[in-house]
Amino acid sequence: MSKSGLLKSSIARKVAMALSAFFLMFFLLQHLTINMTSVFSAGVFNDLSHFMGTNFVVQYLLQPVLIVGVVFHFVMGFVLELKNYKSRDVRYVKYKGGASATWMSRNMILSGLVILAFMGLHFYDFWFPELKIKFIEGDWTGALTEGGEPIRYFDHLTDKFMQPVRVGIYCVSFVFLSLHLLHGFNSAFQSVGANNKYTKALQKFGVAYAILVPLGFIFIALFHHFNH
Amino acid sequence: MKVTLKVWRQKSASDKGKIETYKLDNVEDHMSFLEMMDILNEQLILEGQIPVAFDHDCREGICGMCSMHINGEPHGPDRGVTTCQLHMRMFNDGDTIYIEPFRAKGFPVIKDLVVDRSAFDRIQHAGGFISVPTSGNTQDANATPIPKPDADKAFDAAACIGCGACVASCKNASAMLFVSAKVSQFSLLPQGKVEAKRRVLNMVEQMDKEGFGNCSNTGSCEVECPKGISLENIARMNREYLKASVSSSE
Ligand code: HEM
Ligand code: SF4
Ligand code: FES
Repeated sequence: MSKSGLLKSSIARKVAMALSAFFLMFFLLQHLTINMTSVFSAGVFNDLSHFMGTNFVVQYLLQPVLIVGVVFHFVMGFVLELKNYKSRDVRYVKYKGGASATWMSRNMILSGLVILAFMGLHFYDFWFPELKIKFIEGDWTGALTEGGEPIRYFDHLTDKFMQPVRVGIYCVSFVFLSLHLLHGFNSAFQSVGANNKYTKALQKFGVAYAILVPLGFIFIALFHHFNH
Repeated sequence: MKVTLKVWRQKSASDKGKIETYKLDNVEDHMSFLEMMDILNEQLILEGQIPVAFDHDCREGICGMCSMHINGEPHGPDRGVTTCQLHMRMFNDGDTIYIEPFRAKGFPVIKDLVVDRSAFDRIQHAGGFISVPTSGNTQDANATPIPKPDADKAFDAAACIGCGACVASCKNASAMLFVSAKVSQFSLLPQGKVEAKRRVLNMVEQMDKEGFGNCSNTGSCEVECPKGISLENIARMNREYLKASVSSSE
């Protein structure tokens, strides 16, 4: 690397932010795919969850990468927000941000903070109990078997979505994720320098992704709420 | 028409500054915004007050000197124009108009509405040039064939007048649109290829040193730019910066 150095320059930080975001967007799609199986088949959902929860590669290779990716993304998000705030030391008395840029693009930190808070709840709901069972109680069987099939994951899922308040929080959080992605998806492509004849089509795809993926998660939460 | 002006007054760089209110009741709607400011200043001089300092030069939208953040937007509410090209017909009788200097850490206020935009000059010095023999044996530029699409894009980028509206409008006070226009204008042409890597690395380094913010792709710059400089230039600069970062030997 030149004297600009890794992450020392604004463009390097911007690209790193985009790369972490690409990874998160890919992960989100994978997460949605597995969750969606719970709508069709408790068995398939359990098997997949059991695989993801106990497979060596997933647990000790992919999961650490994911954790680093998420932490990097929001820490960098805070760093950039702070740096950018300081780049205008005296603020305007009158500033019409909405005249030239979308609400989503100007409030990434806000939508991001909602996602972060949601992730706290999400870990409390699903990840911490999982860690407790696996690492404290030492039970790696995906217990509560029924006819030899692990069913704990599905039960745990439907159990959580019984409470209306929790379902409500989940839905609102995914609306904010959608807002985050409505700007973020295409912003990430622009950050890595992709702006060409495919951009118009990609923008449409980005809008579809940003709406349909969070909507999928909302659908799953509502589905289980009203069906169990 | 009658207007109430809320103008930022600041005696010097070190003064704290504040908004002052002035009333004008003899404004014509075909006046340019700067002509309206001239009337304000004539009135202030007659009243024995100090006129408002503001930047201007060509008054025809080509020099980029006129600045001013008008009612929350650089160069005011119209699109594709500088402040000197903005007409009072864009406002209504009885309007209150806020007039502030461009705000950015990289653009410190000198007096009233005048800001120091020499940060742009320093960025330009860092790499916004090409090296050609100027001894008199210079080859005619026309002798170098250039594909029409490249020439058009370079020309569009070269339309940047360095006004700083992109920085002023950006929520991050980022100078990426300006710098990317200056980088693109040269890198698209064969004459600019020689120093392409060094240029993008050095200009971005200088941009960061001047205290401008990080681009977060809000696109505000493109909307407010009087010369219609496209975000495509920022993507191009990002690409070139990445390539140069990993391949430059310096
Ligand atoms: C954990 C909480 C999160 C926080 C605090 C956060 C914060 C931010 C911020 C502040 C930005 C703007 C960065 C910039 O200046 O360009 C950003 C960009 C982005 N975020 Fe997040 N984010 C979070 C989670 C997520 C998640 C879960 C996803 C996707 C699944 C995501 C996808 C994106 C994308 C695609 C971008 C655009 C990247 C770019 O402009 O290059 N974020 N995030
Ligand atoms: S890119 Fe546009 S707004 Fe920015 S300095 Fe150049 S002409 Fe002005
Ligand atoms: S005074 Fe030259 S562009 Fe406005």
